[in-house]
Amino acid sequence: MPKASLELKGSSFTLSVLHINTSNLDSIAKELDLKLAQAPQFFIGAPLVLNLSALGDGPLDLSALQSLLVSRQLVIVGVTATSATLSEQAKAIGLATVKAGKSAPTPAPPQAEPTPKTTRILRQNVRSGQQIYVKNGDLIIIGAVGNGAEVIADGSIHIYGALRGKAMAGANGDNEAVIISTCLEPELISIAGHYWLTENLQKHGVAAKSGCVRLEGDSLTVESLPI
Amino acid sequence: MAQIIVVTSGKGGVGKTTSSAAIATGLAIRGHKTVVIDFDIGLRNLDLIMGCERRVVYDFVNVINGESNLNQALIKDKRSENLYVLPASQTRDKDALTREGVGKVLDELSKDFEYIVCDSPAGIETGALMALYFADVAIVTTNPEVSSVRDSDRILGILQSKSRRAEQNLEPIKEYLLLTRYSPTRVKNGEMLSVADVEEILAIKLLGVIPESQAVLRASNSGVPVIMDQESDAGQAYGDTVSRLLGEEIPLRFVTEEKKGLLKRIFGS
Ligand SMILES: Nc1ncnc2c1ncn2[C@@H]1O[C@H](COP(=O)(O)OP(=O)(O)OP(=O)(O)O)[C@@H](O)[C@H]1O
Ligand SMILES: [Mg+2]
Repeated sequence: MPKASLELKGSSFTLSVLHINTSNLDSIAKELDLKLAQAPQFFIGAPLVLNLSALGDGPLDLSALQSLLVSRQLVIVGVTATSATLSEQAKAIGLATVKAGKSAPTPAPPQAEPTPKTTRILRQNVRSGQQIYVKNGDLIIIGAVGNGAEVIADGSIHIYGALRGKAMAGANGDNEAVIISTCLEPELISIAGHYWLTENLQKHGVAAKSGCVRLEGDSLTVESLPI
Repeated sequence: MAQIIVVTSGKGGVGKTTSSAAIATGLAIRGHKTVVIDFDIGLRNLDLIMGCERRVVYDFVNVINGESNLNQALIKDKRSENLYVLPASQTRDKDALTREGVGKVLDELSKDFEYIVCDSPAGIETGALMALYFADVAIVTTNPEVSSVRDSDRILGILQSKSRRAEQNLEPIKEYLLLTRYSPTRVKNGEMLSVADVEEILAIKLLGVIPESQAVLRASNSGVPVIMDQESDAGQAYGDTVSRLLGEEIPLRFVTEEKKGLLKRIFGS
């Protein structure tokens, strides 16, 4: 028997939700670019739903917002928690209005197992132009991170060697993440989005020395290490 | 099977062509059948440095396109019977190099030659990627200054991710550092990075240090690779480089400031 060319089956997916808190496209663009610069792999290509609840009944140029997001390679599949007017707008530009799983009448899908935290060990120099990202885990590098290289982890980053490029720990928002290197001379160092440039390190007298950078409250601190 | 050596850098004008010519000639003089290929399509420089520009009839691109066979395009060197040059075309654009075409030519050369030296163009575009893709050995040519070191670091990343050996999970390319246009005086004055600085940043095996030398310009003007000038510092440094490439352990020369002779000390320089 020929196979049917269509088949409808129910299935549930985990989607990331992007909360839009303002209708000011300029400031959205600016903040988004900052986030993308920090951790492009979180967003690029990942399906997103826009949560518009913060806007209430207020106006928003949804179509302009969509092109802004699309131009940054974000994939928008739908909107949620919208006013009736925005929902209409969404429909007009081909976006679905979706309901969050919680309020849906269907039984909630079984909670996905939280993936255990991993550690990735690299025994090599990370060269200019290379980018390493460890999702949900720590990154340990036995080697140097060159100028123009980028190392990113949701957890902590340990570098047994010089850090001359960019390092971003706690990329997913973990305030407890740290960055350790035996020679701190980075272009940029960031923990959970709080960042320092070389000059900040120089002020703390640890430039080109070994140290551990942590987040304390809202600001970064560095402690020199005897390693 | 031939060993494929790419002379590469990322940054332009650091001495790749000078080094390709010198190293290929050095290998040939020591009895190894060697061919040196110009990958700098559109510019054509190697044949000038090798002094065979008037004998170019067919080129690398002609061979790839099947417009001539390899034997018609290879130019036999006047000085060593072990040495051949495969010149680049001056008229075609860089897209003439395809991975398949280059691979075929290298395969064919591999049957006859011991060493294939690939003179890479600058940059990290097609030409440079083609030159390094099939390499077994990379000689990363670097000047002792920050921008050149950074570009070399970049090229090392590309060697480790975009070469045939990386893509097929084979044993990685052997990476060597060749530090060129080195001036001990300028290093001492803090105007240039030292050998140790560059070694520390790039962390690959040092193959040689070639001093900044008048002999290089003289050599290229007369179309004789500088390694033939064994009186000169640069010629000797390239000689040492070839020895190390062949596995000899010899100390570095020309890395400290020349001591001034008695007369110069008395009368100034
Ligand atoms: N050791 C040296 N001392 C003095 N001059 C040198 C030395 N090495 C190279 N040069 C000079 O530097 C210039 C560039 O050299 P060369 O053409 O070999 O570089 P390249 O890396 O092949 O350049 P391109 O990227 O344009 O292909 C030439 O004028 C050459 O004579
Ligand atoms: Mg050249």
